[in-house]
Amino acid sequence: MNAVPEQLPLELDALDRRIVLATQQGLPLDPRPYAVVAAQVGASEAEVLQRIERLRARGAIRRIGAVPNHYTLGYRANGMTVWDVDDDRVDELGRRIGALDFVSHCYRRPRHRPHWPYNLFAMVHGRDREEAERQIAVIADLLGDACRSHDVLYSTRILKKTGLRFAGPDRD
Amino acid sequence: MHRQREVYDGERLQPLEKRLLNDFQHDLPLVSRPFAAMAERLGVSEQDVIDTLAALRERGFISRVGAVFRANTIGASTLAAMALPEDELEKVAELVNGYREVNHNYQREHRFNLWFVVTAEDEAALRRVLDDIETRSGHAVLHLPMLADYHIDLGFELQWT
Repeated sequence: MNAVPEQLPLELDALDRRIVLATQQGLPLDPRPYAVVAAQVGASEAEVLQRIERLRARGAIRRIGAVPNHYTLGYRANGMTVWDVDDDRVDELGRRIGALDFVSHCYRRPRHRPHWPYNLFAMVHGRDREEAERQIAVIADLLGDACRSHDVLYSTRILKKTGLRFAGPDRD
Repeated sequence: MHRQREVYDGERLQPLEKRLLNDFQHDLPLVSRPFAAMAERLGVSEQDVIDTLAALRERGFISRVGAVFRANTIGASTLAAMALPEDELEKVAELVNGYREVNHNYQREHRFNLWFVVTAEDEAALRRVLDDIETRSGHAVLHLPMLADYHIDLGFELQWT
């Protein structure tokens, strides 16, 4: 569903934006969560449901559900793997890596040579480094000779982690 | 900000907790009473679902129940990195954490040892934050915005062994 590079700008109107801002830190655990959101954004419950469905259909919402915390669930080896992949093959290979079940994020980003030669990022999660290393070997194998070099950056400390707290221009 | 985290232990998760964690990462029904719809599928009460989700959140096993938005749905965001000498890391990390536009900040094992996500109203506001961090810290910031997203989000298969 999200296999195409998502670069198309979304046209969000003021109500869409208010709904995004009101829900980005999670839905209230109320029997009627969308009615609570509706009261906050000044719309009806049916309208909020309809807008959220539309945001989902257009790809602005990837999924709606319980968002697991990998670290607390025992996945202690969280590695950001970075790869220097041929530009003409990065889309094709990136999609294949993005479909691996142990990869939670997979993005193309710009290189900054000479300090930073890597253009493909994939987050892997293992219960220990051995498991993460096995996952990394699968990616390396898949990339084959399209990849010139790679590195793995394990997180050693979470210094800050909050939901988005961006105050949009429509917040009042 | 962080609650005391429990160390994961599969034995301490009840069957209902495991099913809520595994089966509803992308399947929250988009209806007026989603927790009642989930309860029906699970054969429990609506209140059981709500209470169990609240407890999972309280214990840190889930960060929230809700939508996962695609990056840059509103505003502009980027991944940023800095290569800091060990003796400056704490000071600069604190400086970076001070920005409300920074919502994630990790120390990583690498010459580039500080990695953070910046989200702002638009490109210009984002640029101002990055420039400000460079000026105040005296260190360059690597600006690594997303160019393409390749992840196919099927949720994350949790294993209970």
